[in-house]
Amino acid sequence: MADFFFNTNLGMLLLIIGQILLVVVPLLIALAFLMYADRKVWAAVQMRRGPNVVGAFGLLQSFADFGKYIVKEIIVPAGADKAVFFMAPMVTLVMSLIAWAVIPFNDGWVLSNINVAILYVFAVSSLEVYGVIMGGWASNSKYPFLGSLRSAAQMISYEVSIGLIIVGIIISSGSMNFSAIVEAQSGSYGLFNWFWLPHFPMLILFFISALAETNRPPFDLPEAESELVAGFQVEYSSTPFLLFMIGELVAVVLMCALITLMFFGGWLSPIPGLPDGIFWMIAKIGFVFFFFAMVKAITPRYRYDQLMRLGWKVFLPFSLIWVVFVAFAAKFGWFWGIYARWTVGG
Amino acid sequence: MTQIDYTRAVKYFLLQDVWQGFKLGMKYFFAPKATLNYPHEKGPLSPRFRGEHALRRYPNGEERCIACKLCEAVCPAQAITIDAEPREDGSRRTTRYDIDMTKCIYCGFCQEACPVDAIVEGPNFEFSTETREELFYDKDRLLSNGDRWEGEIARNLELDAPYR
Repeated sequence: MADFFFNTNLGMLLLIIGQILLVVVPLLIALAFLMYADRKVWAAVQMRRGPNVVGAFGLLQSFADFGKYIVKEIIVPAGADKAVFFMAPMVTLVMSLIAWAVIPFNDGWVLSNINVAILYVFAVSSLEVYGVIMGGWASNSKYPFLGSLRSAAQMISYEVSIGLIIVGIIISSGSMNFSAIVEAQSGSYGLFNWFWLPHFPMLILFFISALAETNRPPFDLPEAESELVAGFQVEYSSTPFLLFMIGELVAVVLMCALITLMFFGGWLSPIPGLPDGIFWMIAKIGFVFFFFAMVKAITPRYRYDQLMRLGWKVFLPFSLIWVVFVAFAAKFGWFWGIYARWTVGG
Repeated sequence: MTQIDYTRAVKYFLLQDVWQGFKLGMKYFFAPKATLNYPHEKGPLSPRFRGEHALRRYPNGEERCIACKLCEAVCPAQAITIDAEPREDGSRRTTRYDIDMTKCIYCGFCQEACPVDAIVEGPNFEFSTETREELFYDKDRLLSNGDRWEGEIARNLELDAPYR
């Protein structure tokens, strides 16, 4: 049996498909509950109850929404470019899903343990903007087009600072592989070994950039309900709209996972002595997601020029200076060497 | 050389606004919910609440309405239609008492006009229907409403009586 799976082509293929399903299916099921959690947090801050009718405490609300989305009629605008119109949501969903290939959930629990994992994630999340641009352009309508233009500018602006923040982490850990980055954060002080402490300003910057990158409030300009109706999603209905929504939420959870891996030590236990494991990873993702949900509830939307100013005139210089600082700190071992925790090379 | 407001700059970089907002958000996060669990839990209604119409009866079962048609005359939406004939015992009664609930504006003039407190607007506001026709109420429907809601209607009239 083991021979079939490890030594024949068909066996390998089945093994890989099985592994992929093992990641994607739990992820999508978790997504349904994260969506619910997001709405519950939002509701709680506004002193509402949120979804509480479908299932116990409304836990099955997302599944009811899912059913409703897929049985609705798919409407295609008369002037739309059909092929691109339907490709756009698929691009968004696929791009956000394939980034999970390199995310480790536990020591060795990773689909593809490549050594440039962090660059891969960065590249894939850059490609995500294509889904939005294609959707906005193919709709052949004004609001979606404006929305997608905003989205393109926004995502490109904030990817610059995300890239520089990642460089700082790479310098500190000496690797682009997530497992190695997490390994670099292990130590005898539990949560004080993690990168959130030496890289604290970058944690905040990365969090805010991640909000902008995933079009979450306060940077939800591409889908600004009050100005652009719903931005690039205006002409979408039914399943294509659902794919957009799932794609965006997967991207949000991916950002939570990235923050967890880079700043909160992935699957490492926060208290020395407790066992490491996947439950820490899940708990940390949930913790970061809570902040994503809270920010959505408490912040008003940025104006477009403010968004650009923040991205180019605050985040870019600040993260650039930080990279230089981290490079010197790592090279000369300042601050008891907390900036140079290389597991490989060095 | 412009003057730099350092306090403001420090607050900006320490994200003071966001933390304050977060604190406020968490305060309301744990505050009791303002929402009513509607179908299971309902808000209080004034005794003067003007809901679904009802025709009342006397305690002996005799209907109150004497077909004076004051309500028909006062109705600003002209939603009420009344036909009347003497009954075999000689008293004047309605043979037809229709209210078009789709026309009615729930102003309450009909119950104000009624000399015998026959037509009233009860406390019921949950009478949505799936078709328009179901909202054309006839006399039987209104009388059955009266029988169903008599307890609440009588109590509300009694509570409101001192202020009339």
